[in-house]
Amino acid sequence: MNDAIVIVGASMGGLRVAESLRRFGYLGPIKIFGDEPHLPYNRPPLSKEVLADEVNHDAVAFAIRDSIGEIEWMLDCPITGIDTSAKTVTDKHGHKHNYSALVIATGLSAKELNRLPEGTAGVHVLRSLDHAINLRKELKPGAKVVIVGAGFIGCEVAATAQTLGCAVSVVGSGNVPLNRPLCEVFGAEVMRRQQEQGVKFFMNSGIADVAVGTEAGSPKVSAIKLVDGQQLDCDVVLFAIGSTPNTQWLASSGIDIVDGVHTNNSMQALDLSGKVVPDVYAIGDVARFTNPLFDGLARRVEHWNIPTETAKRAAKVIAAKFVSGEDFELALAEPFAPMPSFWSNQFEMQILGYGSPALATASKLIEGSLSEEFVFGYYRDDKLVGVAGIGMKNALLSYRMQMLQNQ
Amino acid sequence: MKIKVDMQKCQHYGQCVFEAPDIFKLNDQDKLEYTAEADESQRANVEAAADVCPMQAIFIES
Ligand SMILES: Cc1cc2nc3c(=O)[nH]c(=O)nc-3n(C[C@H](O)[C@H](O)[C@H](O)COP(=O)(O)OP(=O)(O)OC[C@H]3O[C@@H](n4cnc5c(N)ncnc54)[C@H](O)[C@@H]3O)c2cc1C
Ligand code: SF4
Repeated sequence: MNDAIVIVGASMGGLRVAESLRRFGYLGPIKIFGDEPHLPYNRPPLSKEVLADEVNHDAVAFAIRDSIGEIEWMLDCPITGIDTSAKTVTDKHGHKHNYSALVIATGLSAKELNRLPEGTAGVHVLRSLDHAINLRKELKPGAKVVIVGAGFIGCEVAATAQTLGCAVSVVGSGNVPLNRPLCEVFGAEVMRRQQEQGVKFFMNSGIADVAVGTEAGSPKVSAIKLVDGQQLDCDVVLFAIGSTPNTQWLASSGIDIVDGVHTNNSMQALDLSGKVVPDVYAIGDVARFTNPLFDGLARRVEHWNIPTETAKRAAKVIAAKFVSGEDFELALAEPFAPMPSFWSNQFEMQILGYGSPALATASKLIEGSLSEEFVFGYYRDDKLVGVAGIGMKNALLSYRMQMLQNQ
Repeated sequence: MKIKVDMQKCQHYGQCVFEAPDIFKLNDQDKLEYTAEADESQRANVEAAADVCPMQAIFIES
């Protein structure tokens, strides 16, 4: 086998695949293609530290261990197409690259509002380091900031910007922020604590229009009009309204990309009839995979530990095929049931969770008190499928153990 | 092997605890405690812990 293992996506997931392939004994060529000009870096600080301090790539770059050996990093070089029968991918320059195995690790892009005039200043999304640095420049004390979207990223940026002295308003569609990932009662408490710090919330709402003025001759956002007719004047708008999987380049591949890349529990990509596409894998945020921890439905999971878990899984399977002579079928049959873990920092709040609260049909406070530290349990048909809380990290850890044992 | 956690960065999430429970633990105040010197046999676990640390605060110094 002389063709390289090709990884598309030079972020956490892609890096962890390469590291794990080496750990499982693969010594052959590895090429990693990245759309961004940067080596892999950690995204969670983008909504927190990177907005608050004048830091650059060095502060968030992942450490790359010597044991990773020789890697061909093809940065600023997105892949635009794939031919699964010839086993090649095409890069933006039109060059074709053969692969022995291909790992799709292209993650997500933040949804944008397309109907604004080209180049409107003051309008932002947040997914990449360059986005964060652009947003940071505008988060000056006194700046009026509107955040559209009351999920984790919206709430985190709200806290960071308010702390920097901006006047922050959050617009969301539910009764409270974070109701989907955490439930109404938990979300209401997060909102209460954010309001105590001065953040304003406009819930059960949405935007009807964006008013654009001019500054120095170019278009610049001036206000957000809400569906109920209210107008929020602003200098800066952040759209934190969700993300879409980066799968455009797979459009004519036959791979099932209905909502991210559909894979089985071994991270092997599937076609629309559910058959394995030979030697193509997907991992991280872009993968829609089955997790027997919960049930047999394939889902995308946008939590930070999943790229690492799925990268190790894919690398192990690939190594079984190409390196160790270990039985490929045995590697495929190994159990893989990663426990999602997620956290969020907002002001003094440290929210931490395990499992999948979004799957629950019922939730209740199981430890602590709502105004201080607490743990919520999330249940589906009486089975604990997730926990989340503020503080109480040891308690959360023991519920994590309990969920693993109950599988 | 020598291990160092940057306590300025560490947010005491305890993700390292489940990858290398012999090295890392959260004390009764939910604060991280760890062993700075570990046997070579722990390397794979400590590397896994460094990988899953959200703050990327764990450094393997030798
Ligand atoms: C602002 C922010 C804050 C977050 N905070 C938290 C948090 O507090 N807690 C938590 O649990 N999770 C958090 N997350 C989620 C976490 O960061 C993601 O789950 C993780 O980054 C996903 O990693 P990935 O490698 O799968 O994808 P990504 O990190 O999205 O990487 C995909 C890479 O592929 C590249 N790419 C895309 N298309 C192509 C192409 N055609 N060719 C080549 N390269 C391509 C992209 O440019 C990108 O660099 C946060 C995410 C963001 C954006
Ligand atoms: S995982 Fe990292 S941040 Fe969390 S307790 Fe361990 S060292 Fe600290």
